[in-house]
Amino acid sequence: MPTETRFYTASELLCVMSARLLEEGQVVFAGVGIPLLAATLAQRLHAPGLTILFEGGTIGPHIVPGQLPPTTNEQRCTRRANMLVGITEVLLLLQRGYVDVGFMGGAQIDQYGNLNSSFIGPADDPQVRLPGTGGGNDIASLAKMIVAMPQERRRFVERVDFITSPGFLRGGASRRDSGLIAGGMYKVVTDLALLGFDEETGRMKVEALHPEVTPEQVQANTGFDLPVGPAVGFTDSPTPEELAALRRLDPDRVYTA
Amino acid sequence: MSQPYLELRRRTQSRDRSLREKVMSLEEACRFVQDGDQVALGGSTASRTPMAMIWALIRARKKNLAVSRSIVSTEGDLLFASGASRRILTSWFSQGIVWGVSRVMRSYTESKRAVFEEWSHMSIGLRYRAGAMGVPFLPMRSMMGSDVAGRLLDLREMDCPFTGEKLLLVPALNPDVALIHVQRCDPYGNAQIDGLLFMDVDIAMAANRVILTTERIVSNDQIRRAPDQTKIPFFAVEAVVEAPYGCAPHECFGAYEPFFSHMDYYAELTRKNPDAGVREYLDRFYYSPKSWAEYLDLLGLEPLLDATRRGRSIYAD
Repeated sequence: MPTETRFYTASELLCVMSARLLEEGQVVFAGVGIPLLAATLAQRLHAPGLTILFEGGTIGPHIVPGQLPPTTNEQRCTRRANMLVGITEVLLLLQRGYVDVGFMGGAQIDQYGNLNSSFIGPADDPQVRLPGTGGGNDIASLAKMIVAMPQERRRFVERVDFITSPGFLRGGASRRDSGLIAGGMYKVVTDLALLGFDEETGRMKVEALHPEVTPEQVQANTGFDLPVGPAVGFTDSPTPEELAALRRLDPDRVYTA
Repeated sequence: MSQPYLELRRRTQSRDRSLREKVMSLEEACRFVQDGDQVALGGSTASRTPMAMIWALIRARKKNLAVSRSIVSTEGDLLFASGASRRILTSWFSQGIVWGVSRVMRSYTESKRAVFEEWSHMSIGLRYRAGAMGVPFLPMRSMMGSDVAGRLLDLREMDCPFTGEKLLLVPALNPDVALIHVQRCDPYGNAQIDGLLFMDVDIAMAANRVILTTERIVSNDQIRRAPDQTKIPFFAVEAVVEAPYGCAPHECFGAYEPFFSHMDYYAELTRKNPDAGVREYLDRFYYSPKSWAEYLDLLGLEPLLDATRRGRSIYAD
């Protein structure tokens, strides 16, 4: 395990930057992998009263370092939880309005924050059939969303091949007009930048660059126009405390290699 | 006008709902599943998968089952590759997030030999719930505007008659048969479930038949001492099969965790050549063993003990 804190992996950067977005007292619907790690990191660092919900039906688990669950549905997700419920019940908490933040990873995202985890290529004749929505569609339909994913040209596309989990759909009022009157994209955290969305157009924008990242790098790794305005600053580097806490949670580096 | 509700009631009323023993073998329970049936699987991903019953149905060469489950893991690969099912309705289909995208699922769906019908997770839950409630649909607020909804034919939108809000309606799903694995039940089918419930209670109450497999059979007296722990009532159940380690190599809460080394082996076997790999797996673990015990023997005592130790550790805190 590297202890040198000037060096960190892209996944560690994603975890730390995402954890900082989570606030004390929030109820967070988290996927496994980076989202769970980041939510747990936030609990350990600045948000001890943050509650994690898992799609498998777990309300408020305690994650044991080194024993991160492989999916959201195993008994490892339930350790010292406050309550176990059915899958439909936990998803209905989103609809009822108990959830502050939905937090997930993404395979492909577009300029309006729509996520694709279903098909690469046309849905009727795909190059790759991906695993699908799981609860992603429900979470993105009903909660304020944080997405953590690496910034690459093939992942950041002008228009996703398939809208699995809705962002702002085709921009403007299209999300609301479709019947999705609550929730919506809030932040996208990548290994290069912190991204947000324009309130009017629903289009992705750069809010801050990570340390030592250039605007050219961001544009080169994005498949649509993503300008970095002159007022855009930098995020603070991960601190030794943040990295140490993160490495305690994932000592085998299952998710942060 | 069709009257599916009266037909649903007729099927329920025609079942023998008396308090009667219904313990049988995996092989005997196969008679409750007909080719072409709509089959709901309990559990989710690699948890409380009714693997022993799936194993028996594949060995009995069942065909064209229309399978549904909240999230599908390796059992979906095996149902496709054995020909037991060519159509699976689920929200997510792959072995588990740490193993990446299932190559077998990809191979079968991309070549159009099989269909993965994708619904949002909550919509599947509400479809079962509507089925369990005896109503033809339920309204919900997700999926609208997405391409997931766009590809599905059995959806309607409506304006709420009270508020005028736009809602999505999903139709009831009443499976012909539900396969559910539990930690304990009595010979009549009163089932106790520890830990995560997934969609199992709705599945049981929506289905027209339930086949229960169980880690162990307990007495009806024991059930009556703690009736609040019963999650599925006997009269919904058609068959009870005692199948220890009935989810292996998947997990059963409090009893055993996934057999991780076996899951890694399966992922590796199917990675390079999915079709040949999954055939080899079926031959070795499904068609060759003479019994469920011999199947467990093939998985190996050491992985089994390791999974058991990890599984029981949930009660060690």
